[in-house]
Amino acid sequence: MEIILALGIGVLAGSGVWLLLRPRTFQVIIGLTLLSYAVNLFIFAMGRLRTGAPAILEVDRSGDLTHYADPLPQALILTAIVISFATTALFLVVLLVARGLTGTDHVDGAERES
Amino acid sequence: MSNATLLISLTILPFAGSLVAAFLPANARNIEAWLSGLIALSALILTTACYWSVTAGGVMRYEAQWLPTLGLNFILRMDGFAWLFAMLVTGIGLLVVLYARYYMSPQDPVPRFFSFFLAFMGAMLGVVLAGNLIQLVFFWELTGLFSFLLIGYWHHRAGARDGARMALTVTATGGLCLLAGMLILGHVVGSYDLDEVLAAGELIRSHALYLPALILILLGALTKSAQFPFHFWLPQAMVAPTPVSAYLHSATLVKAGVFLLARLWPALAGTDAWLWIVGMSGLVTFVLGAYLAIFQQDLKGLLAYSTISHLGLITLLLGLNTPLAAVAGIFHIINHATFKASLFMGAGIIDHETGTRDIRRLSGLYRFMPITATLAMVAAAAMAGVPLLNGFLSKEMFFAETIAAHDGSLVDQTLPLVATLAGMFSVAYSLRFIHETFFGPPAVALPRVPHEPPRWMRFPVELLVVACLVVGIIPELTVGPVLETAAYAVLGPALPQYNLAVWHGFTLPLLMSVAALLGGALIYRLLREHLLGGVEGPPLWRHLKSQHIFERVLVTVSWRWAGALKNLLGTRHLQVQLRLLVGTALIAALWSLYGRELAVDHTASPALDPAFALLWTVGATCAVGAACLAKYHRLAALILVGGAGLVTSITFVWLSAPDLALTQLLVEIVTTVLILLGLRWLPKRIEGIDSGARLRIRARRLGDLALALVAGSGLSLLAYAVMSRPAPSSISRFFLEHAYTEGGGTNVVNVILVDFRGFDTLGEITVLGIVALAVYALLRRFRPASDSIDIPEQQRLQNARDAAPPLRPPGTTLTDYLAIPAVIMQLMFPFIGVLAMFLLIRGHNLPGGGFIAGITMTVGLLLLYIAGGIRWVEARLHVRPVRWIAMGLLLAAGTGVGAWLFSYPFLTSYAAHAELPVIGRAPLASALLFDLGVFVLVVGAMALILLALAHQSIRSHRTPSAKATVTPPSAGET
Repeated sequence: MEIILALGIGVLAGSGVWLLLRPRTFQVIIGLTLLSYAVNLFIFAMGRLRTGAPAILEVDRSGDLTHYADPLPQALILTAIVISFATTALFLVVLLVARGLTGTDHVDGAERES
Repeated sequence: MSNATLLISLTILPFAGSLVAAFLPANARNIEAWLSGLIALSALILTTACYWSVTAGGVMRYEAQWLPTLGLNFILRMDGFAWLFAMLVTGIGLLVVLYARYYMSPQDPVPRFFSFFLAFMGAMLGVVLAGNLIQLVFFWELTGLFSFLLIGYWHHRAGARDGARMALTVTATGGLCLLAGMLILGHVVGSYDLDEVLAAGELIRSHALYLPALILILLGALTKSAQFPFHFWLPQAMVAPTPVSAYLHSATLVKAGVFLLARLWPALAGTDAWLWIVGMSGLVTFVLGAYLAIFQQDLKGLLAYSTISHLGLITLLLGLNTPLAAVAGIFHIINHATFKASLFMGAGIIDHETGTRDIRRLSGLYRFMPITATLAMVAAAAMAGVPLLNGFLSKEMFFAETIAAHDGSLVDQTLPLVATLAGMFSVAYSLRFIHETFFGPPAVALPRVPHEPPRWMRFPVELLVVACLVVGIIPELTVGPVLETAAYAVLGPALPQYNLAVWHGFTLPLLMSVAALLGGALIYRLLREHLLGGVEGPPLWRHLKSQHIFERVLVTVSWRWAGALKNLLGTRHLQVQLRLLVGTALIAALWSLYGRELAVDHTASPALDPAFALLWTVGATCAVGAACLAKYHRLAALILVGGAGLVTSITFVWLSAPDLALTQLLVEIVTTVLILLGLRWLPKRIEGIDSGARLRIRARRLGDLALALVAGSGLSLLAYAVMSRPAPSSISRFFLEHAYTEGGGTNVVNVILVDFRGFDTLGEITVLGIVALAVYALLRRFRPASDSIDIPEQQRLQNARDAAPPLRPPGTTLTDYLAIPAVIMQLMFPFIGVLAMFLLIRGHNLPGGGFIAGITMTVGLLLLYIAGGIRWVEARLHVRPVRWIAMGLLLAAGTGVGAWLFSYPFLTSYAAHAELPVIGRAPLASALLFDLGVFVLVVGAMALILLALAHQSIRSHRTPSAKATVTPPSAGET
């Protein structure tokens, strides 16, 4: 389990970083999305992997970590997913507007001379 | 009034007045003057009322906690010395306000003047009353800031702007040095409390950091007091209105430097370093300033250099390391403030009534303004050190100090001679000031016919000149107690015996005074011919233009070097920046591994679930595929990213995180729609056309690939290393234990979001709202690139098909094509709405909650738009996302504020359960209300973003060249 997820995180992050370094704005957006999956999963992994133990308590009981998955990374990631949607949207719009202004979709706002 | 009230109101009053003055009408000269005058008068009365608390070493203190964890408190502290300065600041401030009322012309925007003036007065009082080193520096910089605004008051003049900028650059740089010095000093003493610093003199002087601290603090003080070699800014500051000069350069701004020297005298003085740096700087300034003053052709310029010289004298006195000299220094601070303020005002009157300040043009003014002339003569005599005037007394004390042997060095032995020489220079420039302005033949061709100024404009000068006289004749009765109070506050029990009498008998100092008077007259006589030649500045020296040197240094440092550095190290290319960023992150990660090893626990269960492995094979393929295709095949890349997101979502549900899985899945849908909407505005890119794979590009790609591989495998390794070892104990326990018992919900993740960490969530939804508004604002004026303006190819084909016989309205192909799905989608809307509400309400106990419900609702809305089109939906439904954002934020914040009504802290939640008919037992936590706010905001924000982008497709767009005037409909209000 762990090793598969670790490899998956690595592939997502590697693809994300590769795209992040590309010259076209669309590539960077896709890269950021992939990177955010990787980072979210990485944070999630910090709470260790559990199957069949969602952090949903029984009524009138308090829980403990031996019976339930760690809820803290989950709470962190839940808002991170929503916020990353917002940043993706903002970035997308900025790049559309920038393309309108500069006429190019290069990240520098101008094609490279070379 | 108690001490605390006195000190606080003294500090706040000028700032409050400044605020009021700023908002009065532009032509309200009288009201402004009355207001400022009353403020200054009240401050003066308050200060006077403090006198009885500070005599004989008394100290008033007010202390309020500021940053107690750092040992920083806000301390107002007044002792005798601070009292003396507060008197000067408020007293002369009052007189200057009265003077300024008549000086400023009706065309000048007076609210600005008086507002800055009062704020400056407040900053100055803040410096004087500061009982904490950091606080002192803060107000110190504030004086610099407001003096900048005051000097540059007539900002339409280039000279005023330059002078103000130079003053700010020099004094603020000094101020930064001062801050560094104060930090060292506070570190040495272990406290920033002024009282503790003053009591720790021995410790400071013997500390290894004494010299750096001293040099830094002196850089602050000497720049402020315009001491050599930082003297050049002061003459440039003469472009300020004369009331400003009279205030800044007699009693306040430049005196702040010597104030600091005297203030820290007990803590820092008494060493050779102090003697040499402070003493030498003072001596050079004293002589040089006096010499340069003789050759000025501008009345205010002459006074400016004389100010520099007198400040040099005070600095020299404080630098001599003897208590008696320090007393003389403090005494001269008072005297200089009185005669210099009156002289500046006098020069201002001459300027105001004749229209010029040029000594070469002025002459014989005695005939036209005898009273002003007499007043100026008395003040100038005080400046020259003529007996029976206050300047004489402090100068005599100074001469006496120069004679007293100190260490027998060459400088020490020649000091009396140098002092006498500088005394001669001061006599010469004072004489010149009077003689060339008021005597000689009547001036011709002046811009205005000279006459006496208005009664009340002259009044401040009269008052100050009378003070010069009274102090000069009966010092013991007038200034005696004040001086003792101030000097005692600085020197403490070490206060030496001194005699303020006018007549000490025939002594050497008297001889020096006489020599200075006669010598000065002689110098003036000898130089007269040269001075009448009308050349500005002394021989040789005038070619050394310090402001030019200053400007050249400034240009070199802040322009050339900065530019060179930018060219050397900077880049405007995002790719290079990102490469550096990723590289730095990698190095930082490796750095922490240096010398250690990444302990991977291989004993952990290597259980491989084949299904999970298969899942991630798909996920990894999707990710790599998206990375390869993102350039030429955007749609394919987008779908592959969706695949990777789906795998992530399944992973979440697999690994016991149902809330995350739901959120991820829904966000995936919305993101895909969003980017699909954006794709329409991106340029076409066809594989093969621009892929001239040159060697450089290949090398770059190879480098990026290596970087990506290292980053990916590094993160992989790190994740595995962490997962393979047992979890440390964390605060998660707390949440699990208290989620139900205190939060009233069984879904711990949701309870954390809306209850335990509700404040974080409030912040996050605020960010979400802001982002949505930013997107909306950016798109309101959206101009697409010219090649994207035409409708897309597919739409063109469809429309062409519609237009071909048999004729159908445009868009029919689309509606026909999606007819059945559209009906289903429209029918789904109410069900999705119900589902969203269900997810919202159950969120506290089961997977769901505001975020998830909000996105669900947005998806429902999106389906409606996709099925019917924008026009169809908006003809039937009022979609007002901006209002939803506002309502959601208000609801969430309001729930938090509601806790205050029951006297609980912000966002405390209340949990209960109620038995409802039909539905049964339902949770009724106040957190549900908060979650409702989250829900409404998420719907609003997401809808606003998506609709704003969608609306671009039906807007008529202007091409960059053609200027159509079609106002497009906006998403927010439709």
